[in-house]
Formats: sequence, C-alpha cells, structure tokens
Amino acid sequence: MNILVCISLVPDTTSKIVVGADGKTINPQGVKFILNPYDEFAIEEGLQLKQKHGGTVTTVTVGPPTAKEILQRALAMGSDNAVLVNDSNCADSFAVASSIADLAKETSPDVIIFGRQSIDYDSLVLPGMVAEILGWPSVTMVSALTIEGTTVTAERDIDGGKESVTTTLPCVISAQKGLNEPRYPKLPDIMKAKSKPVAERTPSAAAARTAVVGMTLPDSKRLNKILGDSEADINELVRLLHEEAKVV
Amino acid sequence: MLLYLEPSSNGLKRSSLELITAARAVAGGSTITGLVIGATEEQLAVAGEYGLQECIVITGTTPQQAGNSNVAKIIADTATELGTKTVLFAANSTGKDVAPRTAVRLQAAIIPDCVELHGTTGAIEAVRPVFAGKAFQRLSSTTPTTVFTLRPNVFTAKKSDAPVQTAVRSKTVTIGADVRTTVVTNTTLNQGSLDVAEADIVVSGGRGLKAPEHFNLVEDLANALGGAVGASRAVVDAGWRPHREQVGQTGKTVSPTMYVACGISGAVQHLAGMSSSKIIVAINKDKDAPIFKVADYGIVGDVFDVLPKLTAKISALTSHN
Repeated sequence: MNILVCISLVPDTTSKIVVGADGKTINPQGVKFILNPYDEFAIEEGLQLKQKHGGTVTTVTVGPPTAKEILQRALAMGSDNAVLVNDSNCADSFAVASSIADLAKETSPDVIIFGRQSIDYDSLVLPGMVAEILGWPSVTMVSALTIEGTTVTAERDIDGGKESVTTTLPCVISAQKGLNEPRYPKLPDIMKAKSKPVAERTPSAAAARTAVVGMTLPDSKRLNKILGDSEADINELVRLLHEEAKVV
Repeated sequence: MLLYLEPSSNGLKRSSLELITAARAVAGGSTITGLVIGATEEQLAVAGEYGLQECIVITGTTPQQAGNSNVAKIIADTATELGTKTVLFAANSTGKDVAPRTAVRLQAAIIPDCVELHGTTGAIEAVRPVFAGKAFQRLSSTTPTTVFTLRPNVFTAKKSDAPVQTAVRSKTVTIGADVRTTVVTNTTLNQGSLDVAEADIVVSGGRGLKAPEHFNLVEDLANALGGAVGASRAVVDAGWRPHREQVGQTGKTVSPTMYVACGISGAVQHLAGMSSSKIIVAINKDKDAPIFKVADYGIVGDVFDVLPKLTAKISALTSHN
C-alpha cells in the first residue's frame, strides 16, 4: 500500500500574531513554527497502515524551504520518503490542493492522509478539494479506520454524533484526534533523519482562486467590568446582566 | 444565490435560517434559492418568513445514501443550471465536508468559515478568523462563482420584514453506480440535551472545577439560565466531559447571546471557539487569567463559592419575572 501523508508548518498557538508590512500576511519574525498538531495523527496512521499492509509512506508539505524541518520529523517517525513542494507563496488552498493532486497523479498512492485541520487558517478544505480534483472519495474527521483489501471502513465525527462510512481505495482521509497515539521519534532516528534526502518539486501551475484583501487584528470592544466575589459584587453582576446586558 | 439548507425535526436547522438571513443582505435583487434534500412542505413553511424566494427539494435519495461526492454534484449541477454566482453552506460538519468538493466541481473559489460578508453577489468580500481568532483575513474571489461557508451562530437568524411565499419545486435525482461513500450508521449522541453550538446561552466549565463530580455547579447555573453546558479542552481531555461539549478551536465554535466561563483560564484555543459571543462572563479565582481580557463582566473568585450564590440569585430573578 502506498501512502501519501500531507503535513503543514504552522505557527505555534502561543505565538503573538503581528500583521506584516503588506497588511495581508503575518510578520513571521519571532513566530515559532511547528508541525501542525493534527498532522502527527496523519503521519502515525500512515505508519500503522504500512506496518499492516506493507508499502511505503511518503510525506509531503507545500511550503517554504524552512518546512524541511517538519519533513525531517516525519522521516524520524518512520516515513520512507519526504517531498517539499517549494512554495513560499502558498497563494490559497486551491493552489496547495493542486500541488498535492499533481504529486498524487504522478505517484498514484492508494490513500492520502491529512490532519483534520491546520491550526493556522483552519480552513478544513484541502482533503475534499484534493479528492474532488482526483475524482476520489473522501472521508473527513476520521476517528477510527480499517482497510481490508480495497474496502475502507471509517468512523467520522459529525455534529453531535458519529457516522460510520464505507468506501473504497484509493481515497482521501482526514485524521481526527484520537485516531491513534502518535509515536515520539527516538533521538538516533532524529539524528539519522537530518541526513535523509528531501525531494523538491515546483508548485502546481494552477492559479489561486482567492485574493487576500487585508489582514487585521481583532479590536476588543469588551466592557471589562471585573468585580470581586462579595455578596454585593454578585448582586451587582446579576443586576448588570439583567439591566445593562439584558441577557437574563 | 444558492443556499444548501438542512431540515430539522421542526423545520429547518437554525444554521440554515442564518444562511437565508445572511443571503438577504448580499442578494442585491437576485433570487435567493434554497436546495434541500428530502424536506416536507411543513418543514419548509418557515423559509418564506425569512425571505427564501425559491426552494428546490431533491427527492429520490438521502445525503447518507448519496455520499458527499454526490451531494456536491447535486448542488454544483443545480448551481450551474441556475447560473448562480454565490453558493452558501453552513460551516457545520456537513458544509465542511461537502463545500470544498462543490467548489472544485464549479471551478469556484471557496472562502470557508466566514463571519462577515460584504458587497453583493458576484462581488462579495468575506472576513474570516485565522490563527485561532488572533487575526481576521478579508478575502475576495477571482472566479465567476464563489462558495462560502458561514460560521454558525454568527449571522443571527432574523425573520424578513417582507416575508414571501417560497416557490417550492421538486427535482428527482437518481444516484447511479457512482456512489463513492456510503453512510452505514449515523448516531446522534446528545439527544434530549441542548447542543452547545445551538444554544443561546452557554455555561462552560474548566479545570477550576477540580473534579468531574463538581460539574453539577455548572449544570445548575446552565439550568437556571436555560442554557447548555460546555467544557474546555482540558476537562474533555481528562475525560470529565464528552467531546461534544468541547468549546474551542478543535471543538465547537459557539457565539451565543451569553457565554459564561467558569474556572476556565482562557487559553487561545478556547478563545477561538467563543470569542464572538455577544456577552462574555468570566468567573475565575486568578485575576490575571487571560479570560478576563475578553470578558464583559467578571467575578474574581472561587467557582465553588460564587457559582451556587449566582445560581440562586438568577433563579430568584427569573422566577420573579
């Protein structure tokens, strides 16, 4: 079974976000970039599928050369190959989806695995877009996965419940937290991974379909009326909720 | 404009009514058409009050039977037939699954999880939160047709001043051999209790409650306010509360009229899921907790002391009214 795992480089959630000089993107200075946390579940699932069915795991990211760092982490976890689609621009999700679909068309994986969402743009659109470009089925938010032959059975999280879905290979999956327990790479593997090759590709020629008009920081318009915990303060809170906010 | 609507037990889902409300503001005179798979006339009765001019009811299949790729095809085919420039979905689990596929089929841009729409159909710019709500991105589309998903609970559903009679027509679709995915079972886990994403008032608890058995303090306040119970990621990860109650970047996004955070410090992942609430109330014993920075009202105090008193006072007030 040939498995393609798609990962992304994202700012750590504790990073302070500052808008760059262009007014459209973030200023990367001082921002700590990490492997998108959900992608660890995607890598682990790829490795477990290989353990069970044989084959190879290829990990790809579409991003700047600095994203090699997360590819090396995937290699240290056990991925066989790593591919950097060298695209510092990443104009929009369609452009990124097209780059991944281009790679899939050349390498014909049996399954493509994403993390459920990347925590930077939270778009959750790539698995469905890649699947539709390829004409493949997709199952998103997968919390349990079984593949027997070409039959895929997946449990996915939906609003207020779960769904059990069957489909066939080749298909696209997005990994929900809880799908597995991602392994920690061992130190010797981390060291070895640094010398493993990372193949480089150019991005898809597909044009972006959205344009960023601007990026702004939220303006806090909160009242910030912070009280103590005395009987009188609690009474005052109830009064404010009733008379001022009119929510009670 | 084409809106993908979803039926509920008593009509249409609130997120669907929000789509119709949002569409009115950007329609600019063009027809607002709904597409719904398998709804009855009774379920659609409410749509005209919100200004839905036309509705296409798909018969002959269900979303579960058709699978996401066929649902996307049905919507894309209808959008093409109508020559629509704008397709709207709710950014719920269905919309997130189907909208990207629909956009690719239509060779359209997709702008997901929007909290604001500006302009009119054909030239809409949309605003969406990014980096866990630490910034907002304003996007435009470079394609003739654009697919948007709207974050639930942000566009408040309001009846139209000019209600219409929705022109309903049905369209029978036959799903052939091209079924890519089939839903075998579908379970709703929280029957009977109010879903945190649909509630007008949400009372959430965090690690400050110290143990799962203390969540009755949160439930009591939620009951007194007629609201739903939510939880922080920390207490869901600890197994104190079910995942369906989790509010945050990787749980539910809520924007109720009032959000009460009890014993929640306010990590950025949590704020991402609730910061668009209209009124935010925080109760925490740490005066430096980040939750107070986004709160309208706060009590610096111990939840074990404050919650029972607050619940009693609110119960007294609401029973008095």
